[in-house]
Amino acid sequence: MSGEKPILVISNLHVGIEGTEILKGIDITIPSGEIHAIMGRNGSGKTTAANVIMGHPSYDIEDGDVQLSGESILDLEPWERSRSGVFLSFQYPQAVPGLQVGNFLRKSVSSVRGDDAAKGAAFREDLKNAMSKLNIPSSFLSRYVNDGFSGGEKKRFEILQMMLLKPRLAVLDETDSGLDIDGIRTVAEGINEVVRGTENGALIITHYSRILEHVQPDRIHVMIGGKIVASGGPGLASLLEENGYDWLEERVAEGDVFE
Amino acid sequence: MSQPSEAREAVGDYKAGWHDPENSTIRFDFGLSEQVVRDISELKSEPEWMTEMRLKAYRHFVDRPMPNWGNTEILEGIDFDNVCYFLRSSDQTGESWEDVPEDIRNTFERLGIPEAEQKWLSGVTAQYESETVYHSIREDLEKQGVIFLDMDSGLREYEDIVKRYFGTVIPFSDNKFSALNTAVWSGGSFIYVPKGVSVEMPVQAYFRINAKNMGQFERTLIIADEGSSIHYVEGCTAPTYSTDSLHSAVVELIALPGAHIRYTTVQNWSNNVYNLVTKRGVAHEDSKIEWVDGNIGSKLTMKYPAVILKGEGSHAEVISVAYAGAGQHQDAGAKVHHLASNTTSNILSKSISKDGGRGSYRGMAKIMPKAENCRMNIVCDALILDEGSRSDTYPTMEVGNASAHCEHEASVSKVGDEQLFYLMSRGHTEAEALGMIVNGFFEPFTKELPMEYAVELNKLMALEMEGSIG
Repeated sequence: MSGEKPILVISNLHVGIEGTEILKGIDITIPSGEIHAIMGRNGSGKTTAANVIMGHPSYDIEDGDVQLSGESILDLEPWERSRSGVFLSFQYPQAVPGLQVGNFLRKSVSSVRGDDAAKGAAFREDLKNAMSKLNIPSSFLSRYVNDGFSGGEKKRFEILQMMLLKPRLAVLDETDSGLDIDGIRTVAEGINEVVRGTENGALIITHYSRILEHVQPDRIHVMIGGKIVASGGPGLASLLEENGYDWLEERVAEGDVFE
Repeated sequence: MSQPSEAREAVGDYKAGWHDPENSTIRFDFGLSEQVVRDISELKSEPEWMTEMRLKAYRHFVDRPMPNWGNTEILEGIDFDNVCYFLRSSDQTGESWEDVPEDIRNTFERLGIPEAEQKWLSGVTAQYESETVYHSIREDLEKQGVIFLDMDSGLREYEDIVKRYFGTVIPFSDNKFSALNTAVWSGGSFIYVPKGVSVEMPVQAYFRINAKNMGQFERTLIIADEGSSIHYVEGCTAPTYSTDSLHSAVVELIALPGAHIRYTTVQNWSNNVYNLVTKRGVAHEDSKIEWVDGNIGSKLTMKYPAVILKGEGSHAEVISVAYAGAGQHQDAGAKVHHLASNTTSNILSKSISKDGGRGSYRGMAKIMPKAENCRMNIVCDALILDEGSRSDTYPTMEVGNASAHCEHEASVSKVGDEQLFYLMSRGHTEAEALGMIVNGFFEPFTKELPMEYAVELNKLMALEMEGSIG
């Protein structure tokens, strides 16, 4: 059933914070099984889009809708969205001193996927596999959540959570920043595993095309000044990489469409 | 009996708030006088010297003014005439669980004591009202020659040891409340660990105030002889009552050369209790004293576990946490005096305040001029959960010797919206997220507790956080 409806539909989304409009009418549709990317410079509104999908309380939704498999999620609290299958990989994951990674993962899996998913051998197997794919040592489990983590460790931990929570929609906000090339490859494999060959979907937010070489998104959306100014296939990322955002802005102004 | 609804209203939503019908065999009238002190001592058939000490302490208590520091406003609210100073709830110490009166047993069963004992306890004394009603020592403890009795029995059966050490660490004249305790003490634990004996399992006592306006003045004395070690655990919950209760204990520890004493407390008083406790240990050569002290609930707690590092090479460790909710003031901390050379101390103090509660760290760390090469390390962290809540720090350090190495760190933090959002995005409700942050903050303390206490404390804090979300 859910496969027939797009996993994510963002329609005419206008969002402000403290009276300033940041998103000025966004439309993105991600059919299930697809990975899309939003590219844009710092300050273009990318992180706002990610936060609004997850339900950050600081933003005002002025108009439009966000639907997960055909159901609006705008009235749901962040934890309800999480339990419905939305996942956000944070650009700046928060530290929680004293909260052990292993405990936290088990509690999160239990909250999102139910008690049974967090119990017994199946969970341990899942955890072991995901950690070995991400090259995370088992000593990691007794550390405290994001406390004293390096940039790369934080990003790997976000992907580990994604792999265990098995979201229907994964939103990854600048997950590639702060990672070396091996890290990017590892993270890309994690994203592919969660989405490819499933009915799930992912939205990758980035300002570099590096990660996209490994993920091969189905569509690229370019965001400038709170609007999607261009959408196209994977080739759009390389065009952008070669010529830059200024060039793209000019071409859009001249009426080019990058399909 | 007060109306249950009235009681609830007055003291708030206390999670362990039930009480048994008062079934007291002997109950004194309210208020304190020299005659009450004499009667308590006579009823217990105490030796003359103890009666005399009680009377001296009583006179000192009467003459001694209230402390002029701490939360003087709340302290002045104590009505000493409205406290019952002695209550005996069953005729004698029960020899086995079955001998304990049924309603009292019910209370203990709700606290989970028998099950807990099966799992890991090596001995139980549970103080109910003023005297111990249930007391068991496992055979291996007895075989090792460890004495573990309630204080009243200790005085009867081992008068010479008690006379030698009682009041030597905390004289009655130490402060107004140690004077009060010495005058009217009842119950508490008496432990003697012989030379070279290591008690492997933690030894536990469970305290509980049940009767309305019941002052509880337990007195504990632990002596660890040369090269021995013991871990003593006490837990407290008190039921809900509509008028104020006074809890004023005295705990004395003596670690003889090479001995190790760890004293763990987790207290969860209902929020009408005055919790004014004096705890102090003397550490002889190469010995170690550790206080692990958790304070939840009460109206006002003033408690500063202390260690006197008397012998060379001795070590003090004081780890404490305090949680102050609505209408509560936790004034807690630590006191360490380095009297001898090459002594070391660590103090870690963590407090959380919420719903207008107030958490204070009050510390006194002193290095005497003759004490060479001492080290002390003090860390105090506060977490404030909302706008109206408060945290203060009153650290005092007196360093009289230039060879000392001292460190002091303090931090105050607030729970951030981004931190909550991060945890909520992983499927956790706001209350759950707050519970994770709070329990994480207490983790350096919790990990020092026996497993069952750690679980209980985490649950308790999670319950507290649920109550805080509108």
